[in-house]
Amino acid sequence: MVKQKILNGTVLRGIKNMTIKDLPDIECVIPGSAACPGCPATIGLRVVFKALGKNTIMVVPACCTAVIESLYPNTSFDIPVMNIAFEGAAAGASGVEAALRKQGKTDTTVVAWAGDGGTYDIGIQALSGALERQTNFIYICYNNQIYSNTGIQRSGATPYAAWTTTTVKGKTEFRKEMGDIIMAHHIPYSAQACISYPEDLYNKVKKAKSIKGSKYIEILAPCPPGWRFSMDKTVEMGKLAVETGAWALYECENDVVTFNGKSKLILEKKIEPKPIEEWIKQQGRFRHLFKPERDEKRIKEIQEHTNQVWERYRKCYLGKQ
Amino acid sequence: MKKYDVVTSISYPKKGAMGKTGSWRVFKPKLDKNKCVKCLQCWVFCPEGVITKNKDGTVSIDFDYCKGCGVCANVCKVKAIVMEREAEDK
Amino acid sequence: MNVMIDTGNYVAAKAAVMAKPDVVAAYPITPQTTLVEGIARYVATGEFKGEYICVESEHSAMCACIGASAAGSRTFTATSSHGLLLMHEMLHWAALARLPVVMCNINRVIGPGWNIWSDQNDSISQRDTGWIQFYCSSNQEIFDTVLQSFKLGEHKKVGLPVMINYDAFILSHTSMPVYVPEQRDVDDFLPSFKPLWKLDVDNPITFGNIIGPAYYEKVRRAMQDAQENAKTFITEIAKEWKNKFGRYHGDFVERYKCEGAEYILMSMGAIGAESKVAIDNLRAEGLKIGLARVRTFRPFPAEEMLKLGKQADLIVIDRNISIGSEGALFNETKAALYNKSDAKVYGFIAGLGGKDVTYQDIEKICKKVINGKAKDFEWYGFEGD
Repeated sequence: MVKQKILNGTVLRGIKNMTIKDLPDIECVIPGSAACPGCPATIGLRVVFKALGKNTIMVVPACCTAVIESLYPNTSFDIPVMNIAFEGAAAGASGVEAALRKQGKTDTTVVAWAGDGGTYDIGIQALSGALERQTNFIYICYNNQIYSNTGIQRSGATPYAAWTTTTVKGKTEFRKEMGDIIMAHHIPYSAQACISYPEDLYNKVKKAKSIKGSKYIEILAPCPPGWRFSMDKTVEMGKLAVETGAWALYECENDVVTFNGKSKLILEKKIEPKPIEEWIKQQGRFRHLFKPERDEKRIKEIQEHTNQVWERYRKCYLGKQ
Repeated sequence: MKKYDVVTSISYPKKGAMGKTGSWRVFKPKLDKNKCVKCLQCWVFCPEGVITKNKDGTVSIDFDYCKGCGVCANVCKVKAIVMEREAEDK
Repeated sequence: MNVMIDTGNYVAAKAAVMAKPDVVAAYPITPQTTLVEGIARYVATGEFKGEYICVESEHSAMCACIGASAAGSRTFTATSSHGLLLMHEMLHWAALARLPVVMCNINRVIGPGWNIWSDQNDSISQRDTGWIQFYCSSNQEIFDTVLQSFKLGEHKKVGLPVMINYDAFILSHTSMPVYVPEQRDVDDFLPSFKPLWKLDVDNPITFGNIIGPAYYEKVRRAMQDAQENAKTFITEIAKEWKNKFGRYHGDFVERYKCEGAEYILMSMGAIGAESKVAIDNLRAEGLKIGLARVRTFRPFPAEEMLKLGKQADLIVIDRNISIGSEGALFNETKAALYNKSDAKVYGFIAGLGGKDVTYQDIEKICKKVINGKAKDFEWYGFEGD
């Protein structure tokens, strides 16, 4: 059943029960870019642009995408893109949005597209400021849980026990709950998505586009070189992340949180999440937990932490949807 | 496309901005159209966007730019796409 | 022509608003605060019709100005000292992006310890960024220079951001009478902004992606050419302003009583203004000394320095120091004269940390040189009179 909200001839919201066949054909990522084979960022971008269309201006801080754009004098993007320094994506976007508003171009969507480094860490101040000022833009964080572009160093989004070049024996801290930080800004819409669920991502971007004010979407982006898995398994890693509860799909609209898809079933205890081990054992970044011998303590800690996160989700959000 | 006179780091859209990235391949996707059920999973998940829809609902792969990542083969529900090692002299 | 009697900051705010920027993004810092507050008042009265973004840091202020300018809007901001330092990365970015952001910088001492008085280390340490730099010595000059800066930066042969510097408190918080032209005359002088490039959904370019060495060199060369071009337009625009509004503060330098001078004093900002009093007194004593107050520091007016050097020996007072070396104006003046002039150049450091530099101090400095007692380079007050 297709459920659409139409205002002035424009489809505002996503399509309920949509399938991949409903996704528009438009492509704004041009083949032959500098992206790694199997890159999740371009998978995500292709879907995001299908939802946004060409009347979009994107602000990109230092991150993998700044390289994926390819080398001057060519670009692999077919919409206007402004690169900006690492800390400043949200601030740059605030400026673009203000200029467009003054010029009367309020139908152009302003998007900031940043990695987890430029969002959780160095960029968090500018992001928080832009949200507090209610900048009318969509901030999209594509989260590969590392500083990928600079060679796989740890970020605030890196999960506990993961190897990175700066946490060689495994990170000793749990990752930041960025979703909670964003919700504390009480913006009209925020969401978590994953590149492995394109219909869900499309609907979320479409919904964000239809809302005035600050919107935040975070997309889990499994990175083959960063997480150490073979490049054909990008989509599979994303699905496992959701199925094990390592990543939750949800939306928060006007402070009301709704979980989506498998995450909803896990929240409601209608299905059991797969053991977290099924996700981590597939990634070389967790290899030290299995070889040369099993690190039962840390594997257990990861599972317990995941369970606690979901218990907290249930306490906060179950029965309030 | 309007080109600006000012000399600063302004870049213009180009297909194959990094050249013919098909040259990156080690493995090449081989599509069996008879097995294909036109689910379009490969189309949506191709990181390079080199899989395009044909009018009859099947798909085509642009091998000039396909990097051979194998995501399409991985997501194909019916294993209509198989990754084959490409000959050295291509 | 109207007259407003107000502080440098409120006068700068008025000029900025009259330039009709689309976007102002700023963060408060003493002693710039009353400038951005001044603009906020115009937001409340409706005289400022642009977007006013209260960003959460100076780095974000420049990022927002860059975003707005790239999207095709005229932009303005202001800062001082640590705020300027915090946005240092983005000053380079704006200039390399050839975005004509206009910014007032209130010259304030850099900490630690905290010190809110005047010296020029903050702006002098930005001299490599590619921004055009002016130093003002009166509120009238601030008003006039802000408006001239928009026209200069936006000129199609320039396309660079412009920084207007003036002293903390001595100018920022001191009231002086200022002539304010009619808005329609300002509109006539400063037509609407025509960007050299912009983010445009009908013409999708990517700005700022990876650029190889040979191409990057060309970008740098183009910036250098732009500053060279700016020299022509600095003179032209100052002349145009004089013809239109009757006021002139010099273009690169403002000469004062230089006729027949054997020594010419050079300084920037408030010390430059105070120097006029010293020159009057020294001239009254029969000493053949004049003043060339340096107004434009970037592009560095090397040709102007040569003209001064042809006429006289030079005495330079710097309210800044590059630790491990000398004052910037002294150093760059000597560089401009090297191999081309046999003028002697004397350098003095004075007024660091906001230490007051009075006309008596300036007279002492000049007399020390004239009496043959000065070293080539000294810190005033540290080496005896």
